Amino acid sequence: MRELTYADALREALREEMIRDSNVVLLGEEIGVFNGVYKVTRGLLDEFGAERVMDTPISEAAITGAAVGLALVGMRPVAEIMYMDFLPICMDQLVTQAAKMRFMSGGQLKVPMVLRTQYSLGRQHGAQHSQFTPSWFLQVPGLKVALPATPHDAKGLLKSAIRDENPVLFIESGLLYKTKGPVPEEEYTIPFGTADIKRKGDDVTIVGVSRCVGESLSAAKKLEEKGVSVEVVDIRTLQPLDLGTIIESVKRTARLVIVSDDVKTGGVGAEISAAVTENAFDYLDAPVVRVACPETPIPFSPPLEQMYMPSADRIIQAVARIVE
Amino acid sequence: MPLATLTQIHGISQNEYSKHGLTKEKLREMLHMMLLIRRFEEKVEELFLVKGLLIGPSHLYLGQEAIATGAIMALENDDQTVTTYRGHGHALAKGVPAKLCMAELFGKSTGNCKGLGGSMHIGIYPKVGSLYATAIVGSGIPIAAGVALGLKLKKSKNIVATFFGDGAVNTGEFHEGVNLIAVWKLPALVFCENNQYGMSTHVKRAVSSPSIAERGRSYGMDTMVVDGNDVISVYVATKAAAEKAREHSLPTFLECLTYKMKGHGVYDKGDYRPKDEVAKWLERDPILVFKKRLLEGRFLAQTEIDQEERVVQQEIEDSVAFALEGSPISFDEMKKYVYAGGT
Repeated sequence: MRELTYADALREALREEMIRDSNVVLLGEEIGVFNGVYKVTRGLLDEFGAERVMDTPISEAAITGAAVGLALVGMRPVAEIMYMDFLPICMDQLVTQAAKMRFMSGGQLKVPMVLRTQYSLGRQHGAQHSQFTPSWFLQVPGLKVALPATPHDAKGLLKSAIRDENPVLFIESGLLYKTKGPVPEEEYTIPFGTADIKRKGDDVTIVGVSRCVGESLSAAKKLEEKGVSVEVVDIRTLQPLDLGTIIESVKRTARLVIVSDDVKTGGVGAEISAAVTENAFDYLDAPVVRVACPETPIPFSPPLEQMYMPSADRIIQAVARIVE
Repeated sequence: MPLATLTQIHGISQNEYSKHGLTKEKLREMLHMMLLIRRFEEKVEELFLVKGLLIGPSHLYLGQEAIATGAIMALENDDQTVTTYRGHGHALAKGVPAKLCMAELFGKSTGNCKGLGGSMHIGIYPKVGSLYATAIVGSGIPIAAGVALGLKLKKSKNIVATFFGDGAVNTGEFHEGVNLIAVWKLPALVFCENNQYGMSTHVKRAVSSPSIAERGRSYGMDTMVVDGNDVISVYVATKAAAEKAREHSLPTFLECLTYKMKGHGVYDKGDYRPKDEVAKWLERDPILVFKKRLLEGRFLAQTEIDQEERVVQQEIEDSVAFALEGSPISFDEMKKYVYAGGT
């Protein structure tokens, strides 16, 4: 199968959906003339013109609000927020407007919009350009959240996100943009709420989120050499969350480690751990372990940042704690 | 580039009425709508404060009826409105039936939002172009920008009108949204209903600019300062602005000067306002002003005005009866409205 980078896979999804549906429009900072800060929108302005690829002022609340308004009148906007750290500026529009419109209108309105963003942990961007805060959005019924870990999933999930009738927060990993992986030439989509078993195993389940899926796979390889068989589950979407696949895996392995790039307290791992404990407590032979980031802002200093982030080594240590 | 214009609209002369298409029927329709909003709000106040049948926040439109009426009657039916939590007036003027609005206030399945929205969102009834009503101050403006952009991209001849109070003009979303509307030349009418107070805070204690209109103009948008207690001024201003938006995709900022007759919400007595200020504005009650104009200009007779009052009164009574009859949706049904298309 041909290989594409994560960025090119995303770009292909955007391009295909723009060809498929003339209501799909893009808006965001630097996505047109500059081709996107991470080149995900490269060439799209030339191909589709300024009415469908719109450079905006630096106005994150208005970018998000405009996407909401566009969606209300039948367009399918894909707005880009350059860094996940800028989401707090759009929080009202995303959380309090877009996600609640369907409900509080009694089903009269729908908001088919995608807000693409990325987090740059691991790229020495410091405390205000690196944050990964997906668990904030667990508290927002009405919103869907996707976080692809591979080029294949990035393309398939983005296509589904664009076709979805609901607001979708689409979180990319800045560290993954240049990574390559197999992407089929033929049309495909990936439904939301389907976790993917990235590696089969029997002794322990590792649930990975976004960049940490790859880190978990590296750890699994090394653990195999030590005779530990690891299953790696990629959640792919956080809302909806495919708890069924996670629990099925835990029923077989009886051990669970959750790995994500967010701060451990109140993070994605906390929710998954609670849900598994609530629904599959009897199947667990060991405490659930979370591998995540410490309770500090993200340091700039490259060696400190490396220590701050979950790594294959830290995952191996975590597994060692619960596997004899 | 020439500076954006700043014009004042304070009434028109008797001989200009026909030029603006203000026939007797049109004027009577305006009176009907202003009375409908007034009596609706008075009934809501009674249901809260006297009868205790309604609870929760409710922000009355008393005293501002001329703005929603004049502005929305100057629009086409398929034009879109984006309003706020003080939106009962805009909802009624845009054509949300009074009985649906009343049922929504009671939280009944028969309300336009099935009782899931409540007072602050009864301006959501897309069937009549009453597209959205938000309860977060300032947040409707970026949304209106998107609606206008969508209409423009779809080559529609329709436009959007968005309404908000003076309290909104110090929010970030106001500035980001107004700038986007102006820089992209979107077909939008931006109505600031300056009712002098954001909750209890007088506009002079909150806004640094000499006027709110100056802010609109500073973004390069043609701006009008309109007598918001005169329905004719609002109508004429909106007509002109709407044509510019429709034909040339140029937005207009309209500051409508008005006054909240009561407090911020139904429970607020508004006693932080100087008595003489209140008295001065009540003399300019938009309904008194309009009735006087109709009689003096011999557009309507007192008997015709009285008849409109009776028709409206009946409509209000019917809407309350309709609201009381309904019941809330089930807890299970409620869960169906979180996501479109299930899940």
